Amino acid sequence: MSTPTVARPSLDDELHAATQGNVRSIGRLVSAVENADATVLAAIATRKVGAPLVVGLTGPPGVGKSTATDGLIAHYRAAGRTVAVLAIDPTSPLTGGAILGDRIRMLRHVKDPGVYIRSFAARRQLGGLAETTETAIRLLAVIGFDIILVETVGIGQSEVDIARVASTTVVLVSPRGGDGMQAVKAGVLEIADIFVVNKAELPGAEETVRDLTEALAHRRPAPDSWRPPIVRASAATPGGLDDLAIALEQHREWLEHHPVQPGQVRAELVRRALKDAAVDRFRRALAVPDDAVARVLEGVTPVDAVIDELVLLGRSSRPITL
Amino acid sequence: MAARILVAKPGLDGHDRGAKLVAVALRDAGFEVIYTGIRQLPVDIATIAVQENVDMVGLSILSGAHMALVRKTIIALEEAGGGDIPVVVGGTIPSFDVEPLQELGVRATFPTGSSLTDLVAGVHKVLDQHAAETEGTSWTS
Repeated sequence: MSTPTVARPSLDDELHAATQGNVRSIGRLVSAVENADATVLAAIATRKVGAPLVVGLTGPPGVGKSTATDGLIAHYRAAGRTVAVLAIDPTSPLTGGAILGDRIRMLRHVKDPGVYIRSFAARRQLGGLAETTETAIRLLAVIGFDIILVETVGIGQSEVDIARVASTTVVLVSPRGGDGMQAVKAGVLEIADIFVVNKAELPGAEETVRDLTEALAHRRPAPDSWRPPIVRASAATPGGLDDLAIALEQHREWLEHHPVQPGQVRAELVRRALKDAAVDRFRRALAVPDDAVARVLEGVTPVDAVIDELVLLGRSSRPITL
Repeated sequence: MAARILVAKPGLDGHDRGAKLVAVALRDAGFEVIYTGIRQLPVDIATIAVQENVDMVGLSILSGAHMALVRKTIIALEEAGGGDIPVVVGGTIPSFDVEPLQELGVRATFPTGSSLTDLVAGVHKVLDQHAAETEGTSWTS
């Protein structure tokens, strides 16, 4: 976007400026990735990347993910590491709009040039994790951030998605009302590298720790596998994240000695990318006829039967380019 | 792709009901709204605007200090490299300040009492104008 006053640099210059800490350039490049700009995707795919620590934080709304993210920023900055944050919030399925307010908990870092915070709307991705998060992480790695924190709302499949892109996945639960375990459904138990019982000063925290311990005890982990610790935290209290910081460091060390087989990860990535692309094409191709809506509203055709019709219709339609 | 809008409240007044209503109305109109709460410094608003690469900054000001706060925000945006990001202002803006605000570079004003429908239409208009002034979405390689 060149304007009469601000000329747009070349992509190489923009990437260079970003690595030098130019926030305008970083912001524009992240947007390009978010909008799947092919030129930028190609450019970062071929660049050399360091090995940043990518920490995913997930858990139910209100559990304290943003506050924990804020505390981790402070922790890593105190250690002299640069930090990028991707804070992902859901997109309204009705309007495509979103309110992104996570960074309100991280305002104290706004003057720190070593911290870059970016809000993401999940947009169309079914799982809840923005479809471009993975590429955005790669871009931030190319730019040279030491630590990348990814915060997602714990709904649907986003927890599983985050495990795919993060080197360490942190699942937060809160003791409130003893509902902590409600949040730790099947699937989430499997993906956590670290469990955090946040707001540990509240009543019910010990009970939640016990419930979690019990749930994990039923598993039969392979002899050499990582055993996810359960740490207590009070994200809003000074020093309240110390145990989490130690657990993150232990997991990082463990990863160094137990690298994931690259083939496994890549096959899974390709599988997911193919599925996403196929679903996306199907979604664009499918127009639901008024007649189908009317028949469901009037109850003349069972919903299942109408869905079967739509699947056939979508398959035979040519994709519409938006 | 949805346009991204930063809704921010510079200055000392702590009344953000209007800003929150606007944020919700813009979300319902299909925008991605970044909301950062009350009592923001102009320089911090500018930093957030470029970090988030928003397509527009909307300032909500009820304190009466809109001339000074808008001037500071626009200067801070320029210094952050975001001088090309359009700025709109809502709140208690007397009619005699509308023109001076435009001279500062404000693209639209929405005084207290503006309907949300008019606001959404006004935002669309500013974004369309801005898109027409700029060309191309990709870098030269």
